Amino acid sequence: MISRRDFLQAGMATAAIYGASGFGSWSRLAAQQALTQDRLLEFDTFGNVSLIHVTDIHAQFKPLYFREPEVNIGVGDNRGKVPHLTGAEFRRRYGIEDGSPSAYALTYTDFAALAREYGRVGGLDRVATVVNAIRAERPDALLLDGGDTWHGSYTCHHTAGQDVVNVMNALKPDAMTFHWEFTLGSERVREIVAGLPFAALGQNIFDAEWDEPAESFAPYQTFERGGVKIAVIGQAFPYTPIANPGWLFPEYSFGIRDERMQEIVDEVRAGGAELVVCLSHNGFDVDKQMAERVSGIDVILAGHTHDALPEPVLAGETIIVASGSNGKFVSRVDLDVRDGRMMGFRHKLIPIFSDVIKPDAEVAALVDAERAPFEAQLTEVIGRTGEDQVLYRRGNFNGTWDDLICDALISQRDAEIALSPGVRWGPSILPGQEITREDIWNVTSMSYGEAYRTEMTGEFLHVVLEDVADNLFNPDPYYQQGGDMVRVGGLGYRIDVTQPQGSRITEMTLLKTGEAIDPERSYVVAGWASVNEGTEGPPIWDVVEAHVAALGTVSLDPNNSVQVVGA
Amino acid sequence: MKLTRRDAMIAGAGALATAVLPLPALARGEDEIQAFTGGAEMAETGLTLTAPEIAENGNTVPIEVDAPGASEIMVLALGNPLPPVATFKFGPLAASRSASTRIRLAETQEIVAVAKMEDGTFAKASRLVKVTIGGCGG
Repeated sequence: MISRRDFLQAGMATAAIYGASGFGSWSRLAAQQALTQDRLLEFDTFGNVSLIHVTDIHAQFKPLYFREPEVNIGVGDNRGKVPHLTGAEFRRRYGIEDGSPSAYALTYTDFAALAREYGRVGGLDRVATVVNAIRAERPDALLLDGGDTWHGSYTCHHTAGQDVVNVMNALKPDAMTFHWEFTLGSERVREIVAGLPFAALGQNIFDAEWDEPAESFAPYQTFERGGVKIAVIGQAFPYTPIANPGWLFPEYSFGIRDERMQEIVDEVRAGGAELVVCLSHNGFDVDKQMAERVSGIDVILAGHTHDALPEPVLAGETIIVASGSNGKFVSRVDLDVRDGRMMGFRHKLIPIFSDVIKPDAEVAALVDAERAPFEAQLTEVIGRTGEDQVLYRRGNFNGTWDDLICDALISQRDAEIALSPGVRWGPSILPGQEITREDIWNVTSMSYGEAYRTEMTGEFLHVVLEDVADNLFNPDPYYQQGGDMVRVGGLGYRIDVTQPQGSRITEMTLLKTGEAIDPERSYVVAGWASVNEGTEGPPIWDVVEAHVAALGTVSLDPNNSVQVVGA
Repeated sequence: MKLTRRDAMIAGAGALATAVLPLPALARGEDEIQAFTGGAEMAETGLTLTAPEIAENGNTVPIEVDAPGASEIMVLALGNPLPPVATFKFGPLAASRSASTRIRLAETQEIVAVAKMEDGTFAKASRLVKVTIGGCGG
């Protein structure tokens, strides 16, 4: 008797073979100058259902560069496990050749050199081409958007998300879930959601006052596709009011609520659903734990932590698919659902190589129309990067974009120490590239971007670092918030990720003097993205723009001020 | 603008309502449990305690207890200055032996619920609720 788990493991092996053929052949084909759209999209249609997953687009319409993380530490049971592999370890795990297109798409190594060779990635007009091609093969494929879509750019900020809504609607998604969308403010979110031509889902979006499911968001939507009854359950980011300012959406409460997830799964199964898909913004490790605790979910489409994986991960009897961020990837998952059960799958993570995949003309025109009123503002050149300078953010600790932002806070706001949020969004800039206003907004845009200037004692700074570190390195994924460590300027420290909260951070040093941070002394601290209502200061993008303009050319000293142990 | 020290504490990097360093509070609540159970064994099943993993607002944390067949359920917040939160009593005609309320948590701590069943047995459940300053979600 073959168990369902055996079936799925057999599927995993097929996926691995398929993945290997897909990835391996890109390398060879690239060598033959034959990395083509047809090859990228090549997929032997399988089973009776297709899912298309995009997530964490962060309002990125246009092709961009995006460097994947160099440091992505897993703790507890996830130590050394996918998705906590980077660079050579990642390539070894998936059989990816150094210097190949997939090495460029999925790992950070030789980023600048490979970026010059393979070009930009993403662009919603290219994503549209891929979606349309899949729909040509499987007309009733479901397109599911994992959220963090209406946030992250100059135009998104100035239109309160309307530009992204307009462009995404042209792609005709079938359902969506949410996180950063709520930072537009609850009234605006409800206004957009009321007009969406597709399902707005979140089983864990509750009315804060009554602690009951919120009216504007359904827990799930059912679809009939390929003769299969499919339930798509939404799971919004559980810690939205904690990681972001809850005062912007005080009517809503979130949380993981896996007991309710189980109730909903049982309800849709009892209602005849043969395939249960969870469209999730939990973050990968939380999804894995939820898959082990909640039974009956066939597929989790994972978002939030921005991981891009060339194969699904099997957790219990659930496959978890991770599709990257910033429009860089589209996942296609074909499923064979028979006799009320998922019997097998085929999966491909499709990297959107912008120079290879042809833009869809209709969506390209729409993108340009949305940008047109702002074109002069967007394209104004503020400065440029030096010949050896990549600007990137993604990673558990400071990226170079963060170093630049912290420098800007210290110099423009006359501070001793700078704090910058450990968000995972924000495209990269290559050496010798112009830095436009749009580029600065892409790494700073938000509805609470005031750059505060304040005083904090050394003891208080320690509490802040310990608190954020526990959001990232708590060994129980359910206590993690899925961001990265708060970025610091002017301050060095040592972190032991294996220690409990309160004992991870030691050797805090004021870099300017080399002296140990005095718990009793007050330090002048500049930062941004405070979750507190009433925070005052100039917008962070103006602070960074003034700093970049003053520098002209950005060449940063290497940052060795954070010493990480226990990884 | 010159911020006062107080503003500084409020403005910080997050909602720093409480300094969050978990304190050892293991022995707390033992007296209350002893008085409630008379020292009887407590089963690990039969009582469901629902609470958020991380509190959205430490001043008002929704919790729910549910124990079919219970006559009383006691809730303790072990890290609060006064751990007893509430004891819910159910009469024999009560259709459901569950209750929900909101509690105030001074800091990250363990919430414990103990149910006394109609047959005289006891059950216990606990959940760690983290109170955080918030910050920087991806």
